[in-house]
Amino acid sequence: MTAPSSHPVLSAEGIRKNFGAVEVLKGISVEARRGDVISMIGASGSGKSTFLRCLNLLERPTAGRIAIAGEALALKADGQGDLEAADAAQLRRLRARVSMVFQQFNLWAHMTALENIVEAPVQVLGLPRKDAETRALHYLERVGVAHRKDAYPAFLSGGEQQRVAIARALAMEPEVMLFDEPTSALDPELVGEVLRVMRSLAEEGRTMIVVTHEMAFARDVSNRVVFLHQGLIEEEGDPQVVLRTPSSQRLQAFLSNTQR
Amino acid sequence: MIDWSIIAEALPAFWDGLKTTMLLLVIACGTGLVLSIPLAVARVSPHRAVWGPVWLFTYVMRGTPLLVQLFMVYHGLAQFEAIRESFAWTALRSPWFCAWFVFTLNTTAYTTEIFAGALRATPSGELEAARSFGMSEGAIYRRILLPSALRRALPQYGNEVVMMMHATAIASTVTLVEITRVARDVYYNHFAPLESFGVVAVIYFILTFGMAGLFKLIERRALRHLRPTASGVA
Repeated sequence: MTAPSSHPVLSAEGIRKNFGAVEVLKGISVEARRGDVISMIGASGSGKSTFLRCLNLLERPTAGRIAIAGEALALKADGQGDLEAADAAQLRRLRARVSMVFQQFNLWAHMTALENIVEAPVQVLGLPRKDAETRALHYLERVGVAHRKDAYPAFLSGGEQQRVAIARALAMEPEVMLFDEPTSALDPELVGEVLRVMRSLAEEGRTMIVVTHEMAFARDVSNRVVFLHQGLIEEEGDPQVVLRTPSSQRLQAFLSNTQR
Repeated sequence: MIDWSIIAEALPAFWDGLKTTMLLLVIACGTGLVLSIPLAVARVSPHRAVWGPVWLFTYVMRGTPLLVQLFMVYHGLAQFEAIRESFAWTALRSPWFCAWFVFTLNTTAYTTEIFAGALRATPSGELEAARSFGMSEGAIYRRILLPSALRRALPQYGNEVVMMMHATAIASTVTLVEITRVARDVYYNHFAPLESFGVVAVIYFILTFGMAGLFKLIERRALRHLRPTASGVA
């Protein structure tokens, strides 16, 4: 099920989002091609997390178009000014190809690490449990927490939880992975282990869209950086260029604040 | 002083009464448990047409005393000739049926609210994660919401079962010979309060502690994901 390389793996066009009278996203377009690692940066409130959550419709956009692996997500008005999926089955099918990693990990607390990873491939992809377990162990190994497979999330450190969450996302073998500030809830000494895993995923050629405050990650790992300011893309491009020689004053100010 | 001979003589009757008490408790709580899971799901529905009737049911049942509910069904319905002549009368004139029916409705109301509260307390992030992987609403309920909520509800549910066990005493008012009724008979026969009500108090006490212990065991198993001390974490 690989899309022709001419198709972007994920494309979002003119995404707008209003919360009441507040316009959080004012028309944002992002396109991810196979192997792209896109870092979305910006001050809190700039709309970057909201944008990411619109991509898999965890947040209903007010306007815009979304396509995954060349397939347009059918949207219709929800009667409250936003758009919802016109076809629930299509939404589920497309969501299964876009895995998300959350700031707060969001592991299922009543399941062990292994069960967390087995769950969606069995329930959504229809994988036999045995195969799903083999797959889960493989990805637990991959993120370096296989020795904790029988532990419940409450017994894991934040870094371990987030790595299990990444394994859970990987086990869906998605077209594209969305990371919503994956290191923001971690103690500083645990950030490194998660970033190392993400860096190695990027090196494998996985397609990733990462909302992050980690400027070093954005600069060294991603091949494109998108800087959001007040719901608009203020600047985007090659991180080596954009982050070293920002052209807009706002990005200059943002970078000098984050690098303090 | 305690007259042990009265107690010894009454023991077989207490044993039979205990069987009645436990049977009533098990059939009422069993039916209540089965009914309250779907009702709790309906209770947390975003649609008023779905949660409204459930809300009204639990509100009414929790707003009136069990004794009154039992009298209304057992004595009250008998006032209507149409009911006495209907097919339902074969069931409604039976004290067993009335007790089971009323106790079930009562515990269903409380248990529904307990489960609904536990469902609402499910961390929203866990639901978002399930949605983000494309899980269907049915799968989310079956695999995430209900397993997580029912575990969380266990301590409160254990309380509810113990309260129902105490409430079975009310069934004595509609001629069921459970342990409280046995105690009253012993009292009237001998005018010996200690040997009658004292004994029944001890039986309730033992039952309560037995059940509390049983629920503790179940909780220890079902809630082990919340007990950091029991894990191998250094």
